[in-house]
Amino acid sequence: MNRPGDLAHHTLSVLVENKAGVLARVADLFARRGYNIVSLAVAPTDDVAFSRITIVVDVESAPLEQIVKQLFKLINIVEIQELSAFDAVERELMIATIEASTETRTQIVELVNIFEGKILAVGTAAITVSLDGAPSKIDDFETLLHDYGIRDLQRTGRIALPKMDRSVPVLRAVNEA
Amino acid sequence: MSGPAANDATTASSNRVNGGEALIRSLEMEGVEIVFGYPGGAILPVYDPIIDAGLRHVLVRHEQGAGHMAEGYAHATGKPGVCMVTSGPAATNVVTPLADAMLDSVPMVCITGQVALPAIGTDAFQECDTTGITRSVTKHNFLVTRAEDIPRTIREAFHIATTGRPGPVLVDIPKNIVDANNPDAYFEWEWPDDLDLPGYNPNVTPGDADIEAAADLLMQAERPVLYVGGGVLKARGAQALLELAEMTDIPVVTTLMARGAFPDTHELCLGMPGMHGNYTAVTAIQRSDLLIAMGSRFDDRVTGKVGAFAPDAKVIHVDIDPAEHGKVRKPDVSVVGDCRIAMELLNEVLRQRGLPESNPDRSPWKQQVSGWLEKYPLTYQQSKDGELLKPQYVIERLRDLSPSDTIVCSGVGQHQMFASQYWEFNHPYTWINSGGLGTMGFSIPAAIGAKAGMPDRTVWAIDGDGCFQMTAQELVTAAVEKIPVKIALLNNSFLGMVRQWQSLFYEERLSEVHLGYDLPNYVMLAEAMGCVAFRVEDVDEVDDVIAKANEINDRPVVVEFRCHADENVYPMVPAGGSNDDVIVDPSQSALLDADRAAAAAAAATEGTNA
Repeated sequence: MNRPGDLAHHTLSVLVENKAGVLARVADLFARRGYNIVSLAVAPTDDVAFSRITIVVDVESAPLEQIVKQLFKLINIVEIQELSAFDAVERELMIATIEASTETRTQIVELVNIFEGKILAVGTAAITVSLDGAPSKIDDFETLLHDYGIRDLQRTGRIALPKMDRSVPVLRAVNEA
Repeated sequence: MSGPAANDATTASSNRVNGGEALIRSLEMEGVEIVFGYPGGAILPVYDPIIDAGLRHVLVRHEQGAGHMAEGYAHATGKPGVCMVTSGPAATNVVTPLADAMLDSVPMVCITGQVALPAIGTDAFQECDTTGITRSVTKHNFLVTRAEDIPRTIREAFHIATTGRPGPVLVDIPKNIVDANNPDAYFEWEWPDDLDLPGYNPNVTPGDADIEAAADLLMQAERPVLYVGGGVLKARGAQALLELAEMTDIPVVTTLMARGAFPDTHELCLGMPGMHGNYTAVTAIQRSDLLIAMGSRFDDRVTGKVGAFAPDAKVIHVDIDPAEHGKVRKPDVSVVGDCRIAMELLNEVLRQRGLPESNPDRSPWKQQVSGWLEKYPLTYQQSKDGELLKPQYVIERLRDLSPSDTIVCSGVGQHQMFASQYWEFNHPYTWINSGGLGTMGFSIPAAIGAKAGMPDRTVWAIDGDGCFQMTAQELVTAAVEKIPVKIALLNNSFLGMVRQWQSLFYEERLSEVHLGYDLPNYVMLAEAMGCVAFRVEDVDEVDDVIAKANEINDRPVVVEFRCHADENVYPMVPAGGSNDDVIVDPSQSALLDADRAAAAAAAATEGTNA
């Protein structure tokens, strides 16, 4: 199953000019050349002239190098950073409505607490929860929720920034230990 | 691009302009001399200031013609071609030329009218999503929303079209911002000093280390081939290529897009590679141990089956477009940059290394190559008495009876391959055709564009009867605008290339390929469009009529050559097949079979010994 948290997928953080139609250009390019998008998130940056598009790409559909080079040919794309899970901070938000009878409700609440999620709404037979965090954490949470029955589920897609101080070897060693 | 006109316009006393005036003035600032176009509703306000403009407008008969004329002009002159049409159906009619220019990297700016801004998105009359439709067939496109953005947008459009890997750029302009009756369409004229393109910075100058690495491979190679593509012409690199080839004594193949980049009569020239390439060009690539891909992109028509293409060759790939590197074939040395600059740097490095004196001895390779050239030249059988003409013969006579710097345009199909094979291109920018997209009907409008840009040169369009009927109405444009092109119509009454494929790969079951010799009556049709027209059916008449046609310089000329219907283009590599399995002319196939058997026996012996 293709899931946003899969390490096999690659994250591209793409800085674009904040102009009409830029997202369509990116989406068109993926469609035209047969590249697969796993998830996509777009929003303006702190500079109104630019937006950042975070694209999780399926590197099995095409070599990442070709995807990046073809993307960079788009005139409105200013910068592309390739982020692996190891050198990026990645976050995603999920909300889900889960079947929750009186018997299972407390179990679900317990799970939400363990994952440090939030309860958004409680009904007689269902419960709506939210969770933000690293995509792999959300994958795990989603797997556990499956047993209870998922009515609706929506994930935002991944957003990511490079880790700071990537060049300091001591910190990297500490992280890996 | 801004010429002397630049200063005049900026110092003009009246600086208040409307969008339409600004558009025309911007084109003048970019040095545009000629616009190929067709007016209509949404672009109407721009056609008013054209009356007073210092540029020529050529009124075409179909918008597709405007696009191909702009391409022909760009191919011949090296300057960006400009076409201008209205919205909706006019915009969709230029989609084909845009796609053509995209695949062949032709610098071109296309201006389309659009419905007024408030009407966009309402399914208004003659509205279509032009920027959406053309997104994947342009290098970039713009929808301008404010009159005051027109000068900057035009400047950026020309910059993008002509720099890096050239290509078509479309500028879509809503009617209200160019409307002289709209107070909001007026602004203080200002020509921008700089560009606002933070994401566009083409890499022109290659890295020194890459050039050195290329020189290393080149010095080690025993069987190198220069595989030259259209990028060399786009980079104006023919002179640097000649120097590189002569200094290193490396044989050259020129792809369909690069014919003329290296003189065909030069002893190092092996002709065209690919599906209908010369046997020697195809085979030299297959046997090479180093391919120097110079502005070429490993197109499927050149490589055939990619896995079997030049299996023993290392690759130096020089191309200005980073995305071409490794797209089809992973290079051993990747040189990203302008081909001319790369070759000049490489030539300098090679001179420092003592070339040409210290050139490695590659005489066994040279002998092998010249052996192929001698054994497998291009060949055909001249028609017997009473038979119609052979297209190859017609092209040979055209070639020999026309000036050597004649510009040759072609459509797509058998006539295109014959023209590429049998013409001798000894000057750059003398061969104009639709290579990547394979657009039938390209030649007549492209020839008109080329002749408009190079009025002192002889321009022959070599066309087929299928192609001719797709865009022939542009001959009216040529007659009215006094652009005296010459059309050699090779009428074989068939869609020849499709017939060839059906003959070879569909058991001769000919399906929907017969057009007929007599309908239309091409001579009457050409005369009706204001051309001088001739029909030639006999070998003895060919020279006389070509001579007559070459003497006519005040009107377009159409010469219908009635050609043999059964002629096939050889050599041929079947689509998707390996270049090792090239099929030669039937008269040479016994020789080739014997050669292949001998080579297989030799390989077997070698295997046993090892």
